[in-house]
Amino acid sequence: MNHYSRIIKDGMWTNNVAFVQVLGLCPLLAVSNTVINALGLGLATTLTLVATNTIVSSIRHIVRPEIRIPVFVLIIASVVTTIELAMNAWFHELYKILGIFIPLIVTNCSVIARAESFASKNGIAPSFADGLFMGLGFTSVLVMLGAIREGLGFGTLLQKAHLMFGDAARDIQITLISDYQGFILAILPPGAFIGLGLLIAGKNILDKKRAARRTATVPLTASEAAQ
Amino acid sequence: MQVLRNMIISAILLGLFAILGTGLVALTFKHTKDRIAENERITIINSLHALIAPAEHDNDMYEDVIMVTDETMLGTSDTVNVYRARLKGQAVAAIIGSAAPDGYAGRIKLLVAVRHNGTLAGVRVVNHRETPGLGDGVELERSDWILGFNGKSLSNPDAKAWKVKRDGGIFDQLTGATITPRVIVKAVHKTLQYYGKHRDRLFKQAATQQQREGL
Repeated sequence: MNHYSRIIKDGMWTNNVAFVQVLGLCPLLAVSNTVINALGLGLATTLTLVATNTIVSSIRHIVRPEIRIPVFVLIIASVVTTIELAMNAWFHELYKILGIFIPLIVTNCSVIARAESFASKNGIAPSFADGLFMGLGFTSVLVMLGAIREGLGFGTLLQKAHLMFGDAARDIQITLISDYQGFILAILPPGAFIGLGLLIAGKNILDKKRAARRTATVPLTASEAAQ
Repeated sequence: MQVLRNMIISAILLGLFAILGTGLVALTFKHTKDRIAENERITIINSLHALIAPAEHDNDMYEDVIMVTDETMLGTSDTVNVYRARLKGQAVAAIIGSAAPDGYAGRIKLLVAVRHNGTLAGVRVVNHRETPGLGDGVELERSDWILGFNGKSLSNPDAKAWKVKRDGGIFDQLTGATITPRVIVKAVHKTLQYYGKHRDRLFKQAATQQQREGL
């Protein structure tokens, strides 16, 4: 149980793919211009991580060390191509927007990094959980960045939601500011870098505050115990 | 001997995984192929119907297509699809997939729908890489600038006024983006000239059976 809560914490916070490992920045920065794009790519990446981690873990005793990297690459490439075809068939509109970034999940280093550093050494269930939470951690950063950029850039949230959730979701777009002129920098690539930089800075401030609080409380409880 | 044995086992394992991986992809491809083709067909038909309403024609525009090439007039050295709309065998309109080759960030792909009498039924931007927030006002989703072409023809306005307002023409420009509207106006004008010159041939030529890619 403790093991799993550690996996969750690692994926979502302490070892977050985007915040701490800073991997997979190419798709992260390129498709985070709206919330829906970010969510689409994030979920596709999560699905990839779960599938590759589970497969790699289940074959970890068969694959010999000297061929493990080519085998991992083969598995990742096949899984991503399968997801790409499936998205093209069932989420065609979203697929057209995410375009080249779906096949590029192959080049997201976090996928092979998790296969090599976690799934090849752990059981199937923990590997599944690791893939899921690493993916969700990545997705949450993508969506946060997407919300910041879409909010500042277009003055909306969740625009074009029907691409993902069907026509019923056409109306869930939230207009933050009506008649907004747009802040183009936020939508352009520099906006992605600045936004991610600010998010990482924010996380570091939070971590520092928490660490300071912990060191402040430890001596207090110790002295209380001594009394 | 042991080394050789290990090598062979590794090679067989690797080959096995290659077969499994390729098999998985092949299987998925087989099951999604028809759906993907159908999605692409629907996407194209929807784009065509945005320009020529379903009620205005009774033929299958997706199938009634020819391919033409004219780099100077249609803005691309690739083949250009020309979809024909007909009602009871009579020519109604042609939708030409021309392009503006000189956009701010490369080629801008267009769909130009011309009625049989030479007036524009509408224009849409299919694909572009113009600056978000500035040049993308040419998309219908961002602004209705592109609707300014509706009803225009070679004689309305005359050739001198087929320009944006800044250059002395009648078409609006977009705030912060001059180049994008300018090159689109030029490309649409050229497409109309091409249509004027080749109209009869465009409607008479038999539909191609060739494989197409995109619009």
